[in-house]
Amino acid sequence: MTARIERPLSPHLQTYRWTLTMALSIVHRATGVALYFGTLLLAWWLIAAASGPGAYANVQAFTGSIIGKLIVFGYTWALMHHLLSGLRHLVWDLGYGFKANEREAMTWGALIGGISLTVLVWIAAYAIGGGR
Amino acid sequence: MSVPKSPSMRTPLARVRSLGSSHSGTSDFWRQRLTAVAMTVLIVPVIVVVLMLIGSNQAGAKQIFSSLPIAIIMLLFIVASAWHMKIGMQVVIEDYVHNEKIKLASVMANNFFCIAVALASIYAILKMSSGV
Repeated sequence: MTARIERPLSPHLQTYRWTLTMALSIVHRATGVALYFGTLLLAWWLIAAASGPGAYANVQAFTGSIIGKLIVFGYTWALMHHLLSGLRHLVWDLGYGFKANEREAMTWGALIGGISLTVLVWIAAYAIGGGR
Repeated sequence: MSVPKSPSMRTPLARVRSLGSSHSGTSDFWRQRLTAVAMTVLIVPVIVVVLMLIGSNQAGAKQIFSSLPIAIIMLLFIVASAWHMKIGMQVVIEDYVHNEKIKLASVMANNFFCIAVALASIYAILKMSSGV
């Protein structure tokens, strides 16, 4: 490392007026981190399915419990939200949607769409299997 | 920027090259988007597969994974998600961990975690689809 140069830093978060896109930027990262650790559940489930009936029954007992259901529900929401919120980022990467009304609309869309899709998936899940 | 006191043969580009926090240019940025787009496409069949698995026991789950298209869809999704989350978590680490040694250890642990989760899931799917 060469000698450190004192460069101006951008002001810290508290300085700014709180906005929706800021809050959702943090939510995007938080859901990403949650999904990261949620993959452990996915891997556990796949390994159990490959292992045998006993191991699989353990997973089903967990996902059928209240805590398990809450975690899987939370995981579903994190996935749906991160997906839609990520699509928003892809639009921005392409250079569109930077106007105030556009970015607000997309952000609300990700927020509401994420919740709606989660509920939709769970309704479908209950319709098919009567819950897990 | 100040002009260096001693003349140098190095071009301005050479001086700034690989000074980013990841030391790897834009390849991670690109792969993050590549895997994101892949997963937006794959998420629909993946949700269908998960819904198909609801309510089935281990034998039923194994039966579903023995289908070649389903196994391939799941494998693609796992590879894309593991890669995506490895890059995402590295960005988070680089943002918040400033101690060079802890950062190095964290980035390494992140790689181990993502590779382990991916490999375990891939092995489970291959085992089921090959009917062992």
